[in-house]
Amino acid sequence: MTYIVNGEAVESAAVTLSELLTALEYEGEWLATAVNGELVHREERSACRLSDGDRIEVLSPMQGG
Amino acid sequence: MLELYGTQVTSRLLLGSARYPSPAALAEAARRSGTEIVTVSLRRETAGGRTGGAFFELIRGLGVRVLPNTAGCHSVSEAVLTAKMARDLFGTNWIKLELIGHHDTLQPDLFQLVGAARILSADGFEVFPYTTDDLVAGERLLAAGCKVLMPWCAPIGTAAGPQNVSGLRAMRAEFADIPLIVDAGIGRPSHAAAVMELGFDAVLLNTAVAGAGDPPAMAEAFAEAITAGRKAYHAGLLAPRDMAVPSTPVIGKGVFA
Repeated sequence: MTYIVNGEAVESAAVTLSELLTALEYEGEWLATAVNGELVHREERSACRLSDGDRIEVLSPMQGG
Repeated sequence: MLELYGTQVTSRLLLGSARYPSPAALAEAARRSGTEIVTVSLRRETAGGRTGGAFFELIRGLGVRVLPNTAGCHSVSEAVLTAKMARDLFGTNWIKLELIGHHDTLQPDLFQLVGAARILSADGFEVFPYTTDDLVAGERLLAAGCKVLMPWCAPIGTAAGPQNVSGLRAMRAEFADIPLIVDAGIGRPSHAAAVMELGFDAVLLNTAVAGAGDPPAMAEAFAEAITAGRKAYHAGLLAPRDMAVPSTPVIGKGVFA
């Protein structure tokens, strides 16, 4: 399936959000995720089933003023 | 002591974490400023979660409270989702709400700001809104649930210092019991002292420290200026006069002619 991850098209066989993060080698606890504009909590990622064309945002802390 | 949403802090300097020449410079600037609150942001992660993690470990090591922001957001939906993601990540209800309305001045969009503040406050967030010195906007933000206001004194990153002193003074008078933090536009310690002399409760700085030749030394200079301005405000400042007044008494002066 094709997912839009942080604005880039990604082909993946992953079915859930947690599988997709693993497939894309995201690791560490400092990630926040959203699918189609809705927050997905860390503990909900393994139950979050994705659909073709879903827009996924993966954010992490960075410097800010 | 300054109380922000029930949290008491001693330092009246809130420090941004961006644009430092190195992580070590940020850490040392934070330490020498004495700050207890550091602002952070969220961005798309491109390195598998490792870049942001390393940065946040540095922030955690400072032993400060974090104030996540919604920098760069231009719509209510964008700001609300960013705030929710920040809460999920940082585990705090605090959010510095930025809703940019103008590309050149980075002026906040006050109309959308009030709408986003209402949604977030109702959802349990403790909102620190980046606003202007507009009194009506301030009233609307308080009605939306905000218990702190953060007006600019000049556009972000300009280092121009207070551009509308009478507007800031009016804001202080209007919102006598609300914590007011000047956020954006401060360039020099004297600017920070000036707004503290007006009775503002704190100052949020970033570029003026991070862009200095020696950020840790500048952070310390700002901390001293903020303390001095606060003391001066409490000590009771003399009102300016148009005419000269001799400081040395003239009564009893010798007559030699």
